[in-house]
Amino acid sequence: METTSVKPQFSEAAKAEIERICKQYPTERRKSALLPVLHIAQAEFGGWVSPEVQDLVAEVIGIKPIEVYEVSSFYTMFNLKPVGKHVLEICRTGPCMLRGSDELTAHLERITGAKVNGATSPDGLFTLKEVECLAACGFAPIVQVREKYYEQLDTPAAVDAMLTDLRNQVHRPALPWEETGLPNALANN
Amino acid sequence: MAKITFDGIEVEVPDGTTILNAARQIGGSIVPPAMCYYTPLKGSGGKCRACLVRVAAGSTKDPRPMPKLVASCVTPVQDGMVVENTTSEQVLDVRKGIVEMLLINHPLDCPVCDQAGECDLQNFAFEHGVSTTRYQEERRTFEKIDIGPLIQLHMTRCILCYRCVYTADQIAKGDRVHGVLGRGDAAEIGTYIENIIDNDFSGNVIDVCPVGALTDKTFRFKQRVWFTKPVNAHRDCPKCAGNVTLWYKGQDVLRVTGRKDQYGEVKEWICNECRFDKKETADWTIEGPAHIDRSSVISANHYELPVLNQSVIADLPESTQRDLEKNPPLKLG
Amino acid sequence: MGRKLLTEHINVEGIDTFEVYRKHGGYRSVEKALKTMTPDEVVEEVKKSGLRGRGGAGFPTGMKWSFLAKPEGVPRYLVCNADESEPGTFKDRQLMSKLPHLLVEGMITSSYALGANTSYIYIRGELLYVLRILEKAIAEAYAAGFLGKNILGSGYDLDLFVHPGGGAYICGEETALLESLEGKRGNPRNKPPFPAVQGLYARPTVVNNVESIAAVPVIVNDGGEEYAKIGVGRSTGTKLFSACGHLNKPGIYEIELGLPVEEFIYSDEYCGGIWKGRDLKAVVAGGSSVPILPKELILKTAAGEPRLMSYESLSDGGFVTGTMLGSGGFIAMDETTCIVRNTWSFSRFYHHESCGQCSPCREGTGWLEKVLHRLEHGHGHMEDIDLLVSVAKQIEGNTICPLGEAAAWPVAAAVRHFRDEFEWHVTHAKEAAKPGAVYQGKSVLV
Ligand SMILES: Cc1cc2nc3c(=O)[nH]c(=O)nc-3n(C[C@H](O)[C@H](O)[C@H](O)COP(=O)(O)O)c2cc1C
Ligand code: SF4
Ligand code: SF4
Ligand code: SF4
Ligand code: FES
Ligand code: FES
Repeated sequence: METTSVKPQFSEAAKAEIERICKQYPTERRKSALLPVLHIAQAEFGGWVSPEVQDLVAEVIGIKPIEVYEVSSFYTMFNLKPVGKHVLEICRTGPCMLRGSDELTAHLERITGAKVNGATSPDGLFTLKEVECLAACGFAPIVQVREKYYEQLDTPAAVDAMLTDLRNQVHRPALPWEETGLPNALANN
Repeated sequence: MAKITFDGIEVEVPDGTTILNAARQIGGSIVPPAMCYYTPLKGSGGKCRACLVRVAAGSTKDPRPMPKLVASCVTPVQDGMVVENTTSEQVLDVRKGIVEMLLINHPLDCPVCDQAGECDLQNFAFEHGVSTTRYQEERRTFEKIDIGPLIQLHMTRCILCYRCVYTADQIAKGDRVHGVLGRGDAAEIGTYIENIIDNDFSGNVIDVCPVGALTDKTFRFKQRVWFTKPVNAHRDCPKCAGNVTLWYKGQDVLRVTGRKDQYGEVKEWICNECRFDKKETADWTIEGPAHIDRSSVISANHYELPVLNQSVIADLPESTQRDLEKNPPLKLG
Repeated sequence: MGRKLLTEHINVEGIDTFEVYRKHGGYRSVEKALKTMTPDEVVEEVKKSGLRGRGGAGFPTGMKWSFLAKPEGVPRYLVCNADESEPGTFKDRQLMSKLPHLLVEGMITSSYALGANTSYIYIRGELLYVLRILEKAIAEAYAAGFLGKNILGSGYDLDLFVHPGGGAYICGEETALLESLEGKRGNPRNKPPFPAVQGLYARPTVVNNVESIAAVPVIVNDGGEEYAKIGVGRSTGTKLFSACGHLNKPGIYEIELGLPVEEFIYSDEYCGGIWKGRDLKAVVAGGSSVPILPKELILKTAAGEPRLMSYESLSDGGFVTGTMLGSGGFIAMDETTCIVRNTWSFSRFYHHESCGQCSPCREGTGWLEKVLHRLEHGHGHMEDIDLLVSVAKQIEGNTICPLGEAAAWPVAAAVRHFRDEFEWHVTHAKEAAKPGAVYQGKSVLV
């Protein structure tokens, strides 16, 4: 386990991906790469971006740390505090509410022991986070976990299937530029 | 050049001038209030909506009215434009609404606020607001924090005008360490981790702040500003032009600020040494009394918001109430 | 069944690959445009088609394109708005994940028309998996010579990139989107200047919705006039509707504009009626921002005409008895739906999503949410109902960007059409606060 005093480092694969991304924008506009790089950082460092990780992001892009903080705190996908192994992002907006998202949230709290927008489950596996419309309203209710959408979670069986799927993941799924996924606990500190 | 009619008065201004600045050329009571725009700060304006006006005719070429009120501080004039401010019921009405919005989450603790007496929000509410509030919900609060040893941030009073951010951007030339974090009504001015603003010119954020959110921690004796006497002075300063206003109580310099014009805008930034370290008359060459025109509150000695009525007082934070008991508000004027 | 111009092949096995897509006529518009048409001729066809922006505002696309400033030597950009976050709307996600090459083809043809040599697709961050699908499609298009230098030997160069957001509805607003693409907070810009003059990196930029861009290949292939023959009046062509809520068959439907709303809801070809054999109570027809209409007014206009799925018919009656087509997010609510609760949920959304730059929206959205929360939870007063209308009015029209209106309209409309239900929440506060409690009375119309 890493401690906060050790400066985090991107993996070689991530570094290569960051350079590929930076080339998508005019040279003097590297700051444009901030959001994609924050996504990479969050995937690399255990599902959240600590101040140290954000400083690293600032360094690789070549901007001031405050420019990263301003952005990471504006966009809801970036977790600024440590999270469990899997962050379950539950859509709570109108169309999902019409199809039972409130019940789904209560059910997930009950069976995982986590608190929505609060404490991670006692086993450290699940963090529950309420989010707004995920653009999948016709398949409500929805939970997003990293890049995957779990749809139509309107029966206990569907929810169980999702949780089993997640429990069976030792590593997070590999991203396209990686050989294998990183163990989620790697950078949690 | 473009000729426009503002509240029935014609004025000719260079192309590209904003409606607000055209109105300022006319001057007087027709000038729209501005809470976020600040002439020296590139990019400022458009946010508080205090300066909304009605464009009754867009231009000579296209004389149709604009469908919505526009922010006069960021909307450029067009030749033949006809603008209504104090002559439009709609504008005055909407402005009341803006006052109300800016106050619903405001602590209303003027009696214990350093800014009272020279606060743009206080003036704005006094001149344009109504004397009741319909807001019954809980108010947003933040802890006050020190941004370094010299500046204090009372986020609860902040109206998110972004002036201090633009100031830091411009004076710190890319070394800005503070900014707006979070979003919506949870947004706050912050430095995230314990970064302090240790730039020679950081103190200017105090001058640009329209409210008592950023204050001078070295302001001695915490005097009500209307008990202090502003005097213009200068010194030979290696870092800045050294043109300042000294605020006196008797023989003591209580604080030093940049020189503000009638719209509360400083024309020259001053350095932290002039602001925080030079508090003796001997440090300065005195020019004479400074004139404060527009700050009606300073001149009229009001320091309670008109909204400080019974229903609201119940809402005052406990600390404020305690302070109030210790220091009952003075009834002046 | 109506014609499907965009989604005809959506269920073809392997249609997400270049090869299969090409076999089904893909990329013909690129060949036609680059080899036989000038950029201006492409713009002309889009103008003739009458295509209106599918992102919500319904602004004519061809006209928007012709406003693009073209100063010598300054690059210009086409940016596709794939931020899709308006509650009730999920068409772009489907279109992009199933037919990625349709969007890529549309981007190439449209970029050519606008003279852009670099274009971006800004996709909401939650859809990273769709970003991967698009990047794969783009790589295939490069490999086939449809992207990159000297496309099809025409001398035209284009690079196309996909850029993810980070979770912010406001980044669907075009200037917030551009700020976000520049790596900043998604704060909408003051206008003027408009993006057509100073957009991305302060250069001339066109921002278009995914579905608008996806319609361009059809328009170029068949000609603008052919496209304009479909639909009714100034609502030309086909439109994707995202149907959700209490329907038997929620999903994406491509319809010819002009289809009766009643047929859309009840026909088995489309939504198949209301679930669980229940009655329809209300519909939000164009995404959460547009005014809600009770059953009677969504099926028929105030004049008793059948309401059609078209820009004009949906807005018939203005905001008194009508609504808007918006983004085509069609949310149906059955008789057990609590309107106050639903309105509170929408308000919570706008409160959560306000960027916080301008005071009426930053403060007003929170105020609306809190009052609605009180009403829904049994702590409301009669005055609160008029207060909601008044606060909504104080926001509307006075903000930097239209999120202010988007937050105000749903509240104003809910009170307009369901006032008695709001009043019931005050008079029967205890009962109303119980989970699942629903007002059983009849709502007063108009
Ligand atoms: C708050 C807000 C959110 C918006 N969200 C989207 C969106 O998710 N997708 C979209 O295409 N347009 C959205 N729009 C509209 C865009 O600003 C813009 O009008 C549109 O992308 C233009 O494309 P079109 O002309 O092809 O419709 C939004 C507007 C506002 C004010
Ligand atoms: S003086 Fe100004 S900032 Fe201070 S409490 Fe009063 S209104 Fe707020
Ligand atoms: S702290 Fe003051 S200057 Fe800075 S944004 Fe808040 S009100 Fe404006
Ligand atoms: S209306 Fe709301 S979202 Fe739009 S700029 Fe203002 S605060 Fe931001
Ligand atoms: S409301 Fe949940 S996905 Fe749209
Ligand atoms: S001064 Fe114009 S909007 Fe604030």
